Amino acid sequence: MPEAPLVRTRGLVRQFDVSSPFLTRLLQGQGRRSLKAVDGLDLEIRRGETFALVGESGCGKSTLARMMVGLLRPTAGAIEFEGVDLSRLRTRAEQTPFRRKIQMIFQDPYSSLNPRWRIRHIIAEPIRTHHLIAKGPALDRRVAELLIQVGLSPRDGDKFPHEFSGGQRQRISIARGLASNPEFLVCDEPTSALDVSVQAQILNLLKDLQRSHGLTYLFISHNLAVVYQMADRVGVMYLGKLVELAGVEELFTRPRHPYTRMLLDTLPDLSMSGRHRVRVAGEVPNPIAPPAGCPFHPRCPYAHDRCRIEQPELRNHGGSLVACHLPDAALQ
Amino acid sequence: MRPLLSVRNLRIELPTRHGPVVAVDDVSFDIAPGEVLGVVGESGAGKSLTGSAIIGLLSPPLRMTSGQILLDGQRIDDLPEERMRRIRGRQIGAVFQEPLTSLNPLYTIGRQLTETIETHTALTPSQARTRAIELLEEVGIPAADRRIDSYTHEFSGGMRQRVVIALALCANPRLIVADEPTTALDVSVQAQILALLKSLRARHGTAMMLITHDMGVIAEAADRVAVMYAGRLVEIGPVREVIQRPKHPYTAGLMGSIPKIGGPRGRLRQIEGTMPGLAEIPTGCAFHPRCLQAMDRCRRDRPSLAPAGRVHTACWLYSASVDDLTAGGPDA
Repeated sequence: MPEAPLVRTRGLVRQFDVSSPFLTRLLQGQGRRSLKAVDGLDLEIRRGETFALVGESGCGKSTLARMMVGLLRPTAGAIEFEGVDLSRLRTRAEQTPFRRKIQMIFQDPYSSLNPRWRIRHIIAEPIRTHHLIAKGPALDRRVAELLIQVGLSPRDGDKFPHEFSGGQRQRISIARGLASNPEFLVCDEPTSALDVSVQAQILNLLKDLQRSHGLTYLFISHNLAVVYQMADRVGVMYLGKLVELAGVEELFTRPRHPYTRMLLDTLPDLSMSGRHRVRVAGEVPNPIAPPAGCPFHPRCPYAHDRCRIEQPELRNHGGSLVACHLPDAALQ
Repeated sequence: MRPLLSVRNLRIELPTRHGPVVAVDDVSFDIAPGEVLGVVGESGAGKSLTGSAIIGLLSPPLRMTSGQILLDGQRIDDLPEERMRRIRGRQIGAVFQEPLTSLNPLYTIGRQLTETIETHTALTPSQARTRAIELLEEVGIPAADRRIDSYTHEFSGGMRQRVVIALALCANPRLIVADEPTTALDVSVQAQILALLKSLRARHGTAMMLITHDMGVIAEAADRVAVMYAGRLVEIGPVREVIQRPKHPYTAGLMGSIPKIGGPRGRLRQIEGTMPGLAEIPTGCAFHPRCLQAMDRCRRDRPSLAPAGRVHTACWLYSASVDDLTAGGPDA
């Protein structure tokens, strides 16, 4: 029997109220409007794997990340961690043990570190919050150990964030993320603000830490090449929904959803082979008024009448889960 | 053929309390009519400053302290602001990363375009409007005759960048300086903007200086590429040659650290360390502390650009043999 997943979401939904102000609604006779950033997401993340989510801006991947770590409450549905539904935990005392096990690395290492705190203070914060080690030499040793693990020097603990480059700051964020001995790390675009040579260092560091600490990653990125290097399984999101979910090799060699195929075709051709590519058309529609039927149909080269009316469900096709009425069209 | 643009020994300094620091150091290159030169480097390498110097928009206290910039054989770096303003727009167009900074939110798209057209050409207002609609059609804005009276907030990010490109094209310039034109855009839109830039070159023979941190963009759109590191040009040559057979160890390291799809997954090749700050550029070759092949000479003497196969590179690994042949080299 397969092992139970570490994290599972069931019918996860997050809506945002994007209505005009009350007076405007009253005067212009408008109703309330809402935006479904995440729209009924079911996924499972296995212990020890890197599960990647890809998609363009507005697809809901960062909203999902923020729900995972408790920064946002789901509107509906459940997030289960080790079989426990996190949204049912009402008191702080109930939540705290899970908060310790789930940590997040943010995209922008410039805004995610408090500029007035010394690095050792930043890294020790999760340890203090969770009362893991009392203040004193033991805490200093732990902070020094964390700094070394992420490739910095224990002496860096006395400095302030502005004394570091972007890549070094992201190392500090990672050290803070590891401080509470988490099991699950949500990495939201951890390298997209970094230069490519620094990106390689951070991606390698994340891989090394995963191996040495037995971590599970939810890795969110818009960069497919980064996802190819990091992920074991990949989910592709479009307008709040999963449109394809597959193992990394399968997804990159046999993309089944036309949107996945389109994303792959946007990749610059570094080998300069001049391979044939489908021309990319259109932009992501406004998520406040998503298209009827399949949300991708206005941009899809294979769309037919059914796609405009009926929303396709995620179904199994040759080991991949695909939400498309013509799941093999993109393979041709 | 005479180069359209010629940059000779460009040096840009930033005065500080501790004396001037050199931000761009002895950079020389040419752009031929109709050629796309990519300029690639990490943040702080000096690529954007080089672009700003060419369009005469270096923001003080940064200043050009030596060197020359020639357009069609005429110096343009020492022109009074009034004459430079006419060259900018008429002969050199500019496209920046964030389209909103180049557009005025209070004017319609049409007003911004027609004003620019009337400034730089002898067209009447009604002719200018016709020309503005043509330009919008050319950059791929659907229903241009209606959209021309829209405001920027009514456009998506990709459409705004198209408008900025239309603005840059108003006076049919011979050179466009594009600084990270696709960086702020989603991947699918990025591919469309690159396709547009390529088609403009094919139709009008507009030369372009394409500044980017993304080697993929260079591979897609440039003819030649110049690689910058710590304010210096380290390698310049045909794109395919530089990407597939990089000569300079920094270029090779940069290429190795780019995640690619296909092939082995695992650790990425990484360059240890980070690019030095402007105030702490080492002696000799600026890359030597991070270079695995550094020799004594690299720590002592600064290499200058010299031919190496089909490219030019500033590296003693390649220049050594040249010096042996020509008695009277720096070490003789």
